[in-house]
Amino acid sequence: MTRFEAFLDTFFNASVMQRYLPDIIEGFFITCGIAILVVLAGLALGLALAVLRSYRIRLVNILIVVFVDLLRALPPLVLILILYFGLPNLGLTLSGFVVLWLVLTLVLAAFAEEIFWAGILSVDQGQWAAARSTGLGFFQALAYVILPQAIRLTIAPLTNRTIAITKNTALGMVIGVGELLNQATTAQSFAGNATPLMMATVAYLILFVPVVYLGRWIETRFAWRRA
Amino acid sequence: MAPVMSISGLRLSYGATEVLSGIDLDVAEGEATFVIGPSGSGKSSLLRCCNRLEEPGAGHIQFEGQDILASGIDLNQIRRRIGMVFQSFNLYPHMTALGNVRLALRHVLKLPRDKADALAKTQLDRVGLSEHMSQYPAQLSGGQQQRVAIARALALEPRIMLFDEPTSALDPELVGEVLGVLSELKRDGMTMIVVSHEMRFAQNAADKVVFMSDGQIVEEGPPAQIFDAPQAQRTRDFVAQAAL
Amino acid sequence: MEALLHQFFNLEVMARAWPIMLKGAGLTVLLCLAVVPLGLIGGLGVALVSTSPLRRIRWPVVVLVDIFRAVPPLALLIFISAGLPFAGIRLSPFMAVVLSFFLNNSAYYGEIIRAGIESIGKGQHDAARSTGLSAWQTQAYVILPQALRNVLPDLVSNTIEVVKLTSLASVVAFAELLYAAEMARSVTYNASPLVMAAAMYLVLLWPAVRLASGLEHKLR
Repeated sequence: MTRFEAFLDTFFNASVMQRYLPDIIEGFFITCGIAILVVLAGLALGLALAVLRSYRIRLVNILIVVFVDLLRALPPLVLILILYFGLPNLGLTLSGFVVLWLVLTLVLAAFAEEIFWAGILSVDQGQWAAARSTGLGFFQALAYVILPQAIRLTIAPLTNRTIAITKNTALGMVIGVGELLNQATTAQSFAGNATPLMMATVAYLILFVPVVYLGRWIETRFAWRRA
Repeated sequence: MAPVMSISGLRLSYGATEVLSGIDLDVAEGEATFVIGPSGSGKSSLLRCCNRLEEPGAGHIQFEGQDILASGIDLNQIRRRIGMVFQSFNLYPHMTALGNVRLALRHVLKLPRDKADALAKTQLDRVGLSEHMSQYPAQLSGGQQQRVAIARALALEPRIMLFDEPTSALDPELVGEVLGVLSELKRDGMTMIVVSHEMRFAQNAADKVVFMSDGQIVEEGPPAQIFDAPQAQRTRDFVAQAAL
Repeated sequence: MEALLHQFFNLEVMARAWPIMLKGAGLTVLLCLAVVPLGLIGGLGVALVSTSPLRRIRWPVVVLVDIFRAVPPLALLIFISAGLPFAGIRLSPFMAVVLSFFLNNSAYYGEIIRAGIESIGKGQHDAARSTGLSAWQTQAYVILPQALRNVLPDLVSNTIEVVKLTSLASVVAFAELLYAAEMARSVTYNASPLVMAAAMYLVLLWPAVRLASGLEHKLR
């Protein structure tokens, strides 16, 4: 066998591909599913926290800042392991899927809150004055005048951060969630061949390269430049 | 005596649009040539071709025995000999006034630190800004920034200076200090090409005025001719309009 | 409440685990000292090549950057440490981590620096080139100092991510902090070592997070 044929056999073995394609596809959809759930919950929670912060209640602000700092400073894997292995001993057994979703949602919420908050802060103070002076209540001013302007500034950093965090779905492998990487490594040990790993890599590319391009397109449409 | 810079047959296009349609111009030693014309006439593009910041499609520019548009020439060395001042100053914001002037002296002329410093200080003094040499561009007024930019270009002792609308971005009260520097340079015999809207200044300071429109030179001659007795109809229209 | 303290904040377990966790923390720091500079240098190279006017060298790098930003770091790490041996390339856990981190981080740092370079106006190039500075000199003395200063908050932020990423090395049995904590947990059936590891990450990273936050707010 030539070197090239050996390479193909190791990473692109047709019969292995055929055998494990269903598993890889299953993993792909599970990865997609978790990612979507994380994005929806994480962004919603992040926005809610940013809105809460705009009420400027000191105690609430301190709690939010502590929450955000914690989740920015801790590796997600540590949190995942703490919850997955620690909670059952307290009588609360969450599935790997739920733990993964929960941790990634909280991490995304923390980053999203910071980004939304920065967006809200950068809307000119005059906008508040104008809105309130026409009789709009605090929440109405926020919802109809401030947030629409703030959101525009947040699109670019938000898409970047969201992509980075959803890639952490791969961490589910460590706690047995049947996502893409897990399926691949399992298949690889059964098959004694690296083709499943290559399939997973390709699957990740199929999933995330369009997303990265989408993010870049969004970034150019809503260009946010620093000073 | 041979002209300092000789432009012939210059053509420049941006995509499908032709910006310069065959320019021929000679600049003599010590001569101040003013280029005037409506927006979009190609004045700035012409100037930017003179130090090859734009790549013309055709033509030649003879300078110091070389065609600067030829391939295989040492462009960086040639640019030492041509100074340029920009409408938006383009000072380096992360360096002081002195730092701005000194940078090319250190890295292009390869002067040792103390010599470069001394030379830079002299140039800043020449434009009247020695007290401001440790300040950053953000701390200087527009007129001061432009004067630093002029010092930066002069520091290399170029053979010819190119000014691209040097006062267009300045508040009216700051225009005078920059034009003052230009007058002094002219008095000292510097060869220069100036693209400007300052008609009165052109009338007083120019040796030759070139009127451009739609990528071509319509008319050229002494200021008396262009401003008081223009030959071409387009020149007449432009000058009449500008005088309003 | 009792159970909570016993399971997560068990001081006795923490004390027993302390020696190996300290060792693990040392390896984490070592790993960071290796991968952060490598990533920054790689990123600088990526940024310079991807802003080059030469299409031929720009395109391959742009494609590679997109690939390494799209593949999850853990997947890349597993691929290198478990997949490459099938092709005859067997790297130590440390080398596998360093290589996969280098590829990943160069892509991320590269994008950040590239954005910084592109945010510097053309006028700066024009001014520098018009005084006879070469393209390299212009980058080194005029463009990069400004670009790096502009994206400093993003660089700090990304460095924090890189430090957190070192926890992935535990998955391929490199004995850094999280690996040590996991070992301790599986032996004691108690999650306290993990909580202690979390605390150690906090001590390491909280100042940096505050710094990043401060830098971000300063620019507004």
